[in-house]
Amino acid sequence: MTQLLNVKDLRAYYGQVQALHGLSFSLNEGSLTTLLGANGAGKTTTLRAICNMVRSTGGIEFDGKPLNNRSTESIVRFGIAHVPQGRGTFTTMTVEENLQLGAITRKDSAGIVSDIERMYAHFPVLKQRHTQQAGTLSGGEQQMLAVARALMLRPRLMLLDEPSFGLAPLVVRDLFGILGKINREDKVSILVVEQNAQLALELADQAYVIETGRIVMSGNAKDIANNEEIRKSYLGY
Amino acid sequence: MELFTNQVLAGIATGAIYACMALAVVMIYQAIDHLNFAQGEMAMFSTFISWQLMQWGLSYWTAFVVTLAFSFVAGIAIERILFKPLAKAPVLTNVAGFIALFAIINSSAGLIWDFTIKQYPTPFGSSPFLGSQLISTHQAGMIGVTVLLLLGLYFFFQYTRIGLAMRAAASVPESARLVGINTSWMIALGWGMATAIGSIAGMLIAPVVFLEPNMMGGVLIYGFAAAVLGGLSSPFGAVVGGFLVGVFENLAGTYIPGVGNELKLPIALALIISVLVVKPAGLFGRQIVKRV
Repeated sequence: MTQLLNVKDLRAYYGQVQALHGLSFSLNEGSLTTLLGANGAGKTTTLRAICNMVRSTGGIEFDGKPLNNRSTESIVRFGIAHVPQGRGTFTTMTVEENLQLGAITRKDSAGIVSDIERMYAHFPVLKQRHTQQAGTLSGGEQQMLAVARALMLRPRLMLLDEPSFGLAPLVVRDLFGILGKINREDKVSILVVEQNAQLALELADQAYVIETGRIVMSGNAKDIANNEEIRKSYLGY
Repeated sequence: MELFTNQVLAGIATGAIYACMALAVVMIYQAIDHLNFAQGEMAMFSTFISWQLMQWGLSYWTAFVVTLAFSFVAGIAIERILFKPLAKAPVLTNVAGFIALFAIINSSAGLIWDFTIKQYPTPFGSSPFLGSQLISTHQAGMIGVTVLLLLGLYFFFQYTRIGLAMRAAASVPESARLVGINTSWMIALGWGMATAIGSIAGMLIAPVVFLEPNMMGGVLIYGFAAAVLGGLSSPFGAVVGGFLVGVFENLAGTYIPGVGNELKLPIALALIISVLVVKPAGLFGRQIVKRV
C-alpha cells in the first residue's frame, strides 16, 4: 500500500508552549486511521499542524509532496478536507450554501450540483433543511453538514476532529456508519481524532495513541482494541 | 401635507447617500472589525478625481466609471499597504491608522485642489422631477442610482461564487480558509468594493454639498449613525438605517422648533448615542455574545 500522508518528527508550538514533541506517523491510501488520546494529548494540534493552522516544524508529506510552509487555503487544494472541532459551520448561511462553500475551489459546476444531490442522498435530513439557516440545525445535523461540506471538495484525505463530541450515542453510531461507508465506497482516506476510543477502534483499521505530544503506541486497530493492557493504561475503558 | 411629503422625499434622497456610506462602513467593519473613519475622505478624494477627469474633458459617465475603477484599486491598495500589516495589531493602533489615513487624504486633496468650494455637475439636471415640485431630478437620480447599486450588490452577494466566498470569509474566517478561500484577498476585495461604493456616494452628494476637502465630514457622521441604527453586523440594516436617518434628519429639521439646519448634525450624534445605550446591536444586527 502507498503512503498518502507521512508525518515525521512533528513539533508544534502555541506561543512559547510546545504542544507536540516530535510526533511521527503515516497513513496509507484508502485507510481509515484514528488518533486516540486523552484531553490535551495533542490530537487536535496534530490535525491543525497538518493544515498549517499552528506553528510547527518537522516534515509533513502528502502524496510525496511537502506541505510545510503552505497556507491553509492552498493545502485544501491538495484534496485535504478538514472538519474542525466544533464543526466550523457557517451558521448564518443556508445548508445548501454551506455545501456550495465546501466545493468553492472546484470549477466543475455540473459536478458540484450532482455532488450536492449525492450528499442529500447520504444525509436525507440535510435535504429536508436545505434552505434553512445552518445555525438552526441540531448538533448532530450540523456534524452531518460538516462532513458533507468536507466531502464536497471530493477530498483524497479527510481530517475529522472529534466528530462524536456532544452528540447522542445513537447519532454517533449513525455518523460513524456513514464515515465507514464513505471510506469504503468513495475511497476517501480518513484520519479521525477521537476521545471515544472504543467506537473509533471499531471503525478504524489503523490506530495511533498519543500522550503529551508523542506517539506512544501504534498498530492495527483490532490488536489495540483486543489488548487489555493498552486499553486500561491509555484508553481508559 | 405637501411640506411633509416634500421633506420625506428629500430625506429619502439624502438617505440614499447615507445608506451608501453606511454600507461601505459596514462592509469594512464586517471584514476587519474596525470602523473606517477615513471612509468619507476616501469618497471625497474619489469625487475630486472624477471632477478632475471632467475638467480634462471626459463626459460625466466616463469620469464616473473611471473613478469607480480607480476607487476600487485604491481601496485594495490601502488595505494591502496600510491595514493588512495591522491585522493583528491592537484596536488603538488601527484607530491611529485610520486617523492618519484621514489626515493624509484630507491634506493631499487640499494640496492638489486647494480648499475653495467648487461646483460639481449633476447628470440628472435639477428641474422638477416629472413636473412635480416635490422632488428634483437630481434627487430622483440619487435614489435611482442607489437602488440600482443595492440591487447589484444583493445579486452579487447572493448569487455569485465570489460573493458567497466573501460572505463566508467575513462570517467564519477559519472555516473559510479550511474550504480553500483566500480570506486575506477577500478582505482586500471588500475594501475595494467599499471604496467604490463610497465614491458613488461622494459623486452623488457633491452637487448638493459642493466639492471641497471637508465635504464628507457631516455625511460620514450620518453614515455612522445609519450603520449603528441598522446594526453594524447587518448590511441590510445599514441600508435601512441610511434611509431612516435621512428622513428623520429632515423631519426633525422641519418640525422640531429650534433644530433647523444648524442642529441637524448633533441630532445624528444623539441618535448614535441613544442607539448604543438602548439597543447596541441596532435594529437588524446580531447580538454579539462572547464566551468568557
